[in-house]
Amino acid sequence: MAKGRVSIVVERCKACGFCVEFCPTHVLALSSAFNSKGYHPPHVVHPEKCSGCDLCGMYCPDFAIYGNKVPPAGGGEK
Amino acid sequence: MKADPHGVLTGTHFIDGDHACCEGALAAGARFAAGYPITPSTEVVERFAARVPTVGGCFIQMEDELAASIALQGGVWGGAKAFTVTSGPGFSLMMEHIGYAAMTETPCVFVDVQRGGPSTGLPTLPAQADMMQARWGSHGDYEIIALCPNSPQECFDLTIKAFNFAEEYRVPVMFMMDEVVGHMTEKVVIPPADQIEVTPRKHTHKSVQDYLPYGTNGDMVPEMAHAGEGYKFHVTGLTHDERGYPNMTPQMQDKLVRRLQNKIRSAEDRICLFEEDQLEGADVVVVSYGITSRVAQRAIDVARDRGMKVGKLRLITAWPFPEKKIADLAAKVKAFVVPELNLGQMVREVERAAHGKAKTFAVSHAGGGVHNPDDILNAIVEASRC
Amino acid sequence: MLNILDNPHDAENPVEQFLRSDRMPHIWCPGCGIGTTVNSFAHALIESKIDLNSLALVSGIGCTGRVAGYVKLDSFHTTHGRAIPFATGLKLANPKLNVVVYSGDGDLSAIGGNHLIHAARRNIDLKVICVNNLIYAMTGGQTAPTTPGHATTSTNPYGTFEPSFNLPHLVEAAGAVYVARWTTFHVRQLARSISEAFQKKGFSFIEVISPCPTLYQRRNKMGDGLDTMKYYKEKSKVKHGAPTSEVGLTLNGEIAVGKFVDRDRPDYQTMMRAQYVETLGDRYLGDEVETECVCG
Repeated sequence: MAKGRVSIVVERCKACGFCVEFCPTHVLALSSAFNSKGYHPPHVVHPEKCSGCDLCGMYCPDFAIYGNKVPPAGGGEK
Repeated sequence: MKADPHGVLTGTHFIDGDHACCEGALAAGARFAAGYPITPSTEVVERFAARVPTVGGCFIQMEDELAASIALQGGVWGGAKAFTVTSGPGFSLMMEHIGYAAMTETPCVFVDVQRGGPSTGLPTLPAQADMMQARWGSHGDYEIIALCPNSPQECFDLTIKAFNFAEEYRVPVMFMMDEVVGHMTEKVVIPPADQIEVTPRKHTHKSVQDYLPYGTNGDMVPEMAHAGEGYKFHVTGLTHDERGYPNMTPQMQDKLVRRLQNKIRSAEDRICLFEEDQLEGADVVVVSYGITSRVAQRAIDVARDRGMKVGKLRLITAWPFPEKKIADLAAKVKAFVVPELNLGQMVREVERAAHGKAKTFAVSHAGGGVHNPDDILNAIVEASRC
Repeated sequence: MLNILDNPHDAENPVEQFLRSDRMPHIWCPGCGIGTTVNSFAHALIESKIDLNSLALVSGIGCTGRVAGYVKLDSFHTTHGRAIPFATGLKLANPKLNVVVYSGDGDLSAIGGNHLIHAARRNIDLKVICVNNLIYAMTGGQTAPTTPGHATTSTNPYGTFEPSFNLPHLVEAAGAVYVARWTTFHVRQLARSISEAFQKKGFSFIEVISPCPTLYQRRNKMGDGLDTMKYYKEKSKVKHGAPTSEVGLTLNGEIAVGKFVDRDRPDYQTMMRAQYVETLGDRYLGDEVETECVCG
């Protein structure tokens, strides 16, 4: 069970690539999908590797992605 | 509300206009000033620097007029009534920030103790040549209020009025003194604090959720909040909507700029102060302001002694210009005589407002001294013959 | 509302509470680093547990100047170069405020240069975050006092030849008590520096080197935002306590980062009050403005 989860705010993304590059465990890749502005937002390719460190969130200049730690044992949503 | 007694130096004083202006500011509740030295205005803030530590508040001499003219606005948004003082060259430097105050609706007072210009000009000698600049000096469409005292007593009384107008209309007010009024020493009576009426800041009582920084309830003047109160509002010089957010469209521009204009223009009856005398049945009306009004009085008195029907209209409010008053008079009198310590500034407004119904005679003076009353008298004589 | 992909769940972006979400998306270009600095700023606010009601943010004009409009704080978007004197007025009228100045290199060191050095001299208690993208970005990429030599800009189409400002050196010489520099690659270190500045009384200056992919990087063939972030990672060298005279920037050289100055000097208001108390004693009534006197 992954320690963390990523959320992506698709419409804010400008596909700068910071999150993909600086995720320490290479969880993300730019997708082939488009948002309404024509950018390829990232998507999670290795969810099991996410630690919830939120470095993606800290790097994102568009506030379009963030990571949260998942509480252990049972995984409550909040 | 009544004035805060801490700032009121009740009593009879023998002081000059600059000093009286400072006392007026303190009486009005000003507790923050940012200044930069420039003759002949410096005494206003020198006195403030000496007085404010024992009244409660702060003064800072900034590194230039650009800094002073915006620091005072930071002081306003931090919760103080604030002002700055300057003269011609400094007034020119402050123009961008006068526009910022108009655009952000920051209530504050800018004192200009006018001196000979242009440029460095005559630092220690009078002029009244910043009058158009007071109205039009910054870029864009905006309105200001400008008051012209003609005595140290008025430097006290009208400074309070300037602060009151600033708060009532959330507008920068230009206090247009001149070097003679600023440096002449006369009796100034300062009443007890409970006899001084002071306009409080139009501070919102709305909750954080309901408050709109530039929302109006039809009265055209929004309610204000201060930094640090939890409202988390945004202020910008960009064209903005009721939330204070930039909204740079022609529609928002029209709405905002017209409201900034109308909030002053629609209140002209309350804002346009003047002193009138023997206007009924007059052939000639002398329109003047500031120190020139006192010299003109001499000419008016002599003309009346000679049997001429001369009325007097002294502008206390120069801007907004009392167009209706002039238009009314123009229908009844032969001519206006407008003496000014400049080569013709307010006379243009008189001429414009008269719409050709009466003649206008300018008595210009390049500055450096006051008029010889005979020059004004000669103009009155000439005007009465037309 | 927000279309959240891949893992929709209730947890919010920790930064979102500081943003005016109703104004997103913002106007900054793809790969611009300003938004990244805002994340670090937000994390510093969380970390230092600052009372947000006591915080006021003042910016000037330029791309970085737009930060004021995107943060959910008492924020003031002022005139070009004059954020610092406005902030000074705010702080003097209400000493309880924590005042942050968030502006760009052109705004703070060119037109605002005079105010920068005087506020540092006086040691006014301000936290200045200077996002340095080495250019005037908003107006189309003109030379700034920080643009390194031999760079191409729109007003030096044949290359710059002027020496550029070493901002940490300038503000240290003027009197700043806290001087640090990071790049937008150093997100956590930047957040830490901002937190430290909040604990400090006096003039604190944090320079953040940031990409301007649309203008500075493009005109100088340095790639996009991501290329620049990798460049920062490669060229940066942490040099805490380095003499600021040695941390100047060049077109392709090393970027010295770290905390260069952390010293103690009494701040302006402390000195002011001490002076008045010494000379006036009980007659000094203080510098606080009473609200009743203004609002009734």
